[in-house]
Amino acid sequence: MSVQTWTYVLVGLTFALYIGIAIWSRAGSTKDFYVAGGGVSPLANGMATAADWMSAASFISMAGIISFAGYDGSVYLMGWTGGYVLLALLLAPYLRKFGKFTVPDFIGDRYYSKTARIVAVICALIVSFTYVAGQMRGVGVVFSRFLQVDINTGVIIGMIIVLFYAVLGGMKGITYTQVAQYCILIFAFMVPAIFISIQMTGNPIPQLGMGSTLNDGSGTFLLDKLDGLSTELGFNEYTDGSKSVTDIFAISFALMVGTAGLPHVIVRFFTVKKVKDARKSAGLALLLIAILYTTAPAVSVFAKTNLINTVSNEEYSNMPVWFKNWEETGLLSFDDKNEDGKIQYVADKSKNELTIDNDIMVLANPEIADLPAWVIALVAAGGLAAALSTAAGLLLVISASVSHDLVKKVFKPNISDKGELWVARGAATVAVVIAGYFGINPPGFVAAVVALAFGLAAASFFPAIVLGIFYKKMNKEGAISGMVVGIVLMLFYMAKFKFGWFGGGNASDWWFGISPEGFGSIAMIANFIVAIIVLQFTPEPPEDVQEIVENIRIPSGAGEATGH
Amino acid sequence: MSEKQKKASAYWKENLRYLFILLAIWFAVSFGAGILFKDSLDSVKIGGFKLGFWFAQQGSIYVFVILNFIYVRLMNKLDNKYGYSE
Repeated sequence: MSVQTWTYVLVGLTFALYIGIAIWSRAGSTKDFYVAGGGVSPLANGMATAADWMSAASFISMAGIISFAGYDGSVYLMGWTGGYVLLALLLAPYLRKFGKFTVPDFIGDRYYSKTARIVAVICALIVSFTYVAGQMRGVGVVFSRFLQVDINTGVIIGMIIVLFYAVLGGMKGITYTQVAQYCILIFAFMVPAIFISIQMTGNPIPQLGMGSTLNDGSGTFLLDKLDGLSTELGFNEYTDGSKSVTDIFAISFALMVGTAGLPHVIVRFFTVKKVKDARKSAGLALLLIAILYTTAPAVSVFAKTNLINTVSNEEYSNMPVWFKNWEETGLLSFDDKNEDGKIQYVADKSKNELTIDNDIMVLANPEIADLPAWVIALVAAGGLAAALSTAAGLLLVISASVSHDLVKKVFKPNISDKGELWVARGAATVAVVIAGYFGINPPGFVAAVVALAFGLAAASFFPAIVLGIFYKKMNKEGAISGMVVGIVLMLFYMAKFKFGWFGGGNASDWWFGISPEGFGSIAMIANFIVAIIVLQFTPEPPEDVQEIVENIRIPSGAGEATGH
Repeated sequence: MSEKQKKASAYWKENLRYLFILLAIWFAVSFGAGILFKDSLDSVKIGGFKLGFWFAQQGSIYVFVILNFIYVRLMNKLDNKYGYSE
């Protein structure tokens, strides 16, 4: 069978599976819709969390980014996994004990204020929308390359599928589909990695293959070989970065804190029964994520070495089929500047003739390594699983923010459970349409904004939640001003250095030498400082709120998550 | 302070101590070994890996996973000790 037939078969089967699960587990109440009825087992929740968290960015883009960034790419590996430690230790158990449906619920109740709740809703919407647009684009890329459909048609198919199971099943449908999606995406990621690891180093474990010697009998270590190839072509050594230590530090920190503050990940811990289960499922989620995250840097090394060996100084006319296929998508392009018919892939921009999009490294990797057709098709199904699972989780946060936090808690408190469920479904539908629009017409800055969603989460939620748990005397005035200052500062820095507003600027104008991606760390610190200063001049929180804080610190008696 | 509150605050203190130790390790393997001391650790090689690079792209993640499970164990024990487990 050809790659295309295989892709149709595998993608068709997985989609049928997702829809089947959605019908089987459709939501009957708001509780089903928001927290899956609150009775998900820690393992299922861990798998769902892992799929929810690993997005198109983790599956499709990350290994590619690391391929081209080398050591500098470590920020994503450490940042996105290290954040789980913060989440598991500082947030998950306490938020589970608190036992409400959404993150704005916590902020609104802990800071006894509608204003705080609304600020939290706005932050959640900004973070989730920027993130979901990136997922839709990921869906479009996979469809356009592997199913040869138009990228727009691809996005629309993706929208319909997500709409179907998110709107019908709510958190319950999403949770069980995500369990299936985790299995598919991890299998799809590991199979080609293991194949290529054996091919290049003879070691079937990619994590070890990456540090082994090459299979060609030369006895050279793979990483030394890649360092050599890189410097030969004028790039930095692969194992050595070009970013400053300060910036690497700041970006890693912003990604960690941002991960811990992402509302769609936090809400997953409301779906288990007990505090103990919340801790355990955070641990399992990280283990399941780590399987992909420790394999990804190995894939980066294999793919980069293979790529250089295949294209560097070779005749353009001798390029394999995958090269031409990807050229058609526009994600890879060759411009024969010196007209010698050969491909010069070098660091010097005026001489470099090959432009490669980060996103294709993982998708093209099995083709570059000449693996069987079903493996290539599997990667397509895995990429879709990763993108769809995250998109669904985000849509749920968006719809819960609107139906629960705004309509029920602010505008129409006496709405019936059934009415709220319909508002939630309506909000999810509108959110899918908006996300699809951005997927089809991606504003040029989508990719940049997705990375910055973490900065925004770091600057707004993380301090407010941590202070809410660990600082009993923190009051609403402090928390609200902290969140506002944090998110405004982050948006300002992003607008200034990414979009050139407020006079723009380049790398030499960065504050403290920190890039916009890493600025979330600074904005987060500003949030903490402002909150603590404002606290000194404003009244203590009321007695009953301080009691809530004492209560969430004790694990027993969590009861079920409730919205009332 | 009531007996109940005393128990709760003793539990909280032990919890904070665990968090402090675990987060110190979290910081040491990632920001320490993977970033701040990366260059000096790189002079040590294990197999094909320079040590600092290994911590940044592999080692820190393994330690994170282990830390999470140690935390689960410690907290389960602590819950039992104070009778908060259910």
